[in-house]
Amino acid sequence: MTTATTQPAKPPRRLPQEANILMVLIGISVVFEILGWITQGQSFLGNPQRLSIMILQVSVIGIIAIGVTQVIILGGIDLSSGSVVGATAMISMSLAQAGSFDRAIYPGLTDLPVIVPVIVGLLVGLLAGMVNGALIAYTKIPPFIATLGMMVAARGFAKWYTKGQPISFPTDSFAALGKGMTPVFIFLLVAAVFHVALKYTRYGKYTYAIGANPQAARVSGINVEQHIVKIYAVAGLLSALAGIVVTARGLTAQAGMGVMYELDAIAMAVIGGVSLSGGRGTILGTMIGMVIFGVIISGFTFLRLDAYYQEMIKGAIIVAAVVADVHRQKKRVKKA
Amino acid sequence: MVSATTAAAVDRVRKRIETEGILAIRGIRKEFPGVLALDDVQLKIRPGTVHALMGENGAGKSTLMKIIAGIYQPDAGEILLRGEPVTLKSPLDALEQGISMIHQELALMSWMTVAENIWIRREPKNAFGLIDHGRMARQTQELFDRLNIRLDPLAQVSELTVAQKQMVEIAKAVSHNSDVLIMDEPTSAITETEVEHLFTIIRDLRARGVGIVYITHKMNELFEIADEFTVFRDGRYVGTHNAADVNRDDIIRMMVGREITDMFPKVDCPIGDVVLEVQNLTIPGVFHDVSFQLRQGEILGLAGLVGSKRSNVAEAIFGVAPASSGEILIDGLPVQITSPKVAMQHGMAFLTEDRKETGCFLMLDCLENIQTALITRSHVRAGFIDQKTVTRLAEEMAAKLRVKTPNLAEKVENLSGGNQQKLLIARWLLTKPRILILDEPTRGIDVGAKSEIHRLITGLAAEGVAILMISSELPEVLGMSDRIMVMHEGHVSGFLDRSEADQVKIMDLAAR
Ligand SMILES: Nc1ncnc2c1ncn2[C@@H]1O[C@H](COP(=O)(O)OP(=O)(O)OP(=O)(O)O)[C@@H](O)[C@H]1O
Ligand SMILES: [Mg+2]
Repeated sequence: MTTATTQPAKPPRRLPQEANILMVLIGISVVFEILGWITQGQSFLGNPQRLSIMILQVSVIGIIAIGVTQVIILGGIDLSSGSVVGATAMISMSLAQAGSFDRAIYPGLTDLPVIVPVIVGLLVGLLAGMVNGALIAYTKIPPFIATLGMMVAARGFAKWYTKGQPISFPTDSFAALGKGMTPVFIFLLVAAVFHVALKYTRYGKYTYAIGANPQAARVSGINVEQHIVKIYAVAGLLSALAGIVVTARGLTAQAGMGVMYELDAIAMAVIGGVSLSGGRGTILGTMIGMVIFGVIISGFTFLRLDAYYQEMIKGAIIVAAVVADVHRQKKRVKKA
Repeated sequence: MVSATTAAAVDRVRKRIETEGILAIRGIRKEFPGVLALDDVQLKIRPGTVHALMGENGAGKSTLMKIIAGIYQPDAGEILLRGEPVTLKSPLDALEQGISMIHQELALMSWMTVAENIWIRREPKNAFGLIDHGRMARQTQELFDRLNIRLDPLAQVSELTVAQKQMVEIAKAVSHNSDVLIMDEPTSAITETEVEHLFTIIRDLRARGVGIVYITHKMNELFEIADEFTVFRDGRYVGTHNAADVNRDDIIRMMVGREITDMFPKVDCPIGDVVLEVQNLTIPGVFHDVSFQLRQGEILGLAGLVGSKRSNVAEAIFGVAPASSGEILIDGLPVQITSPKVAMQHGMAFLTEDRKETGCFLMLDCLENIQTALITRSHVRAGFIDQKTVTRLAEEMAAKLRVKTPNLAEKVENLSGGNQQKLLIARWLLTKPRILILDEPTRGIDVGAKSEIHRLITGLAAEGVAILMISSELPEVLGMSDRIMVMHEGHVSGFLDRSEADQVKIMDLAAR
């Protein structure tokens, strides 16, 4: 036997990627805290009510971001989430109306058990996601185009459904899905499930593998096409879930619901360190990205600053996050 | 207890394997748009043998292997596995039937760990059905111990060197415990010592009855490891022989259909003034105090083991990753080479080591790939490319290097590995450099084209080009260089003159 000749790689144990993002979150929070004391004479973080409102505000888009994170890790993108929210909101609300309301969309279908609008809504999202995935996997059109098509089509569907009329008056059990902190619990449940799935199941390993190198994934025996469909389907499903929650909370559904949600969800993922070139990112990172979003929104409200500044700062942070990611990637390539 | 019928069935299979081999290919045909890659080829692999598959670049070797591995579907013909006809519809099919493959182009997932790469799709699970990362790491360590590979199972693949990645691929393929193992140019990215390591692994597998298909362009490897070999030429089957029955010239004749006499057509040419001088070049932690001179018309070979940081020195000189201290002088004048653009302005050209990562634009066509370097320097008037001239020059160069492609409009992705390499050489030769840095110039190139490229390199030296050539193939270094610089772990360990150099002296300096 010859002696082993391959140099042992020095174990590159470094802090988890999320540590960087967490530092950013802490930094931003501290800035608001200090500004709070200076300008308002009160604490920003020391107000539990403010913090819970903050989380509530972002958790609906957070649910979408959990799906979008997986799509981006896979090397794709999903622009259709916001429109799927709109379409799902319309359909589930139309099946969730209370019998006491005399102008229901389907007068024969009022007071249905809550499971009906939920299941139908989720199926709509699942279907939209599967169409996205199948287009991308089997016709090889770029994800950007496939989901752009779905974005326009699903929005069109939402408007056509009632010719633009809003739908209101849900049953109490449906409304409960959006009440109080329920959206936050739903988000946490979804995040936990997919955190485990990405880290500890083949579902997750396949997602990272395809994102890192689809050809290598294929020759390792992975059914790449099938997995792509699966991931987009999950993203569609989670968009639908977000749509159900948001309409339940608002007690009304409108065709314009969820506009721009897809971009906020993508931004959360990107801020959370999910790489747009695929193969890298975690649910934890996206969760931190989501909280950063929340802190910025409520921080600006807290400081009574104009909403315009908020958007500008948000934009800057998104770009900064990508710059940081590109920088990290470069450093690694250099080391290799 | 085995019933009589089962025993009889086992016996039948054994008999069939004896006559048909573990894997038999018959009448396979595969056509790509504009190219008949395989035409009625055959191949028979017996268990416990190493079967070399030989042929020029573009002969169809990889295409056949991809068919066996379930990546491509043949247009005609049959595949018999253990005597039974099989259809292999996907890589998964092939893996499940006991066929695994090390691909010519590395196929690893860069952002995942070594262990995750090896066990993808076969991850060990714990009692809850979740992936057991601890056990996966231990399993990897056991595999590495068995194969004598020293790598951290938890290292990220993106941070490994090309050679280390190759070892991971080898380990991954072995881990499938397949009956048939295909190795498509496994040694093109590793040095002699690692080749020995690989051969130890191969011998062990052979002793355990695995049928191994081994593709290489290195003749000496063929005689060292192969039991039998089959030759393809232009997508056709030429013949199968025992390795012991033939000599090198016979094989080359079968491969190229003509005689190749002079492998290293080195001509002595006058060596002129110092063109490039490097003094105490250092990147802390990578390489230290590298100093040498390179003269007009000189070929300076740069030898060393993997991890000796030869490529990093080349990258520093060309400005890809500039050194942090030390000086570079061109024509005796100190210069600051901060980027490849500056390096090219000083008349340098640099053929990189990894054609897929830093060489080819895989999605572009051949012409675009050849002309990229040229049009940054000349043939552009008022912002417009003088395409007619550039195309003519590119076509001439492609013909000279015998690039095998239907035409230059073909996407580079569809070219065979060796032909991609030829395109890159063409790219740099077109710029007419004064200083040419070549990092593994003939990696994956067939014998015929190799001697052609060697002839070109010597021709350039005779015209006064100063050449720095990194190569892990010792015969190439010895055959081509006027002087040889040897590196060991980031330090220059010595210089050897052409007259005094031999393999033993180089390895002595390289391994210390
Ligand atoms: N996907 C493809 N599309 C079009 N043509 C292809 C494709 N794959 C291979 N070819 C062509 O088929 C021929 C055989 O290629 P192949 O890769 O099998 O050669 P090879 O014998 O492995 O050569 P090398 O020694 O250079 O690796 C070449 O002419 C190549 O250009
Ligand atoms: Mg090949």
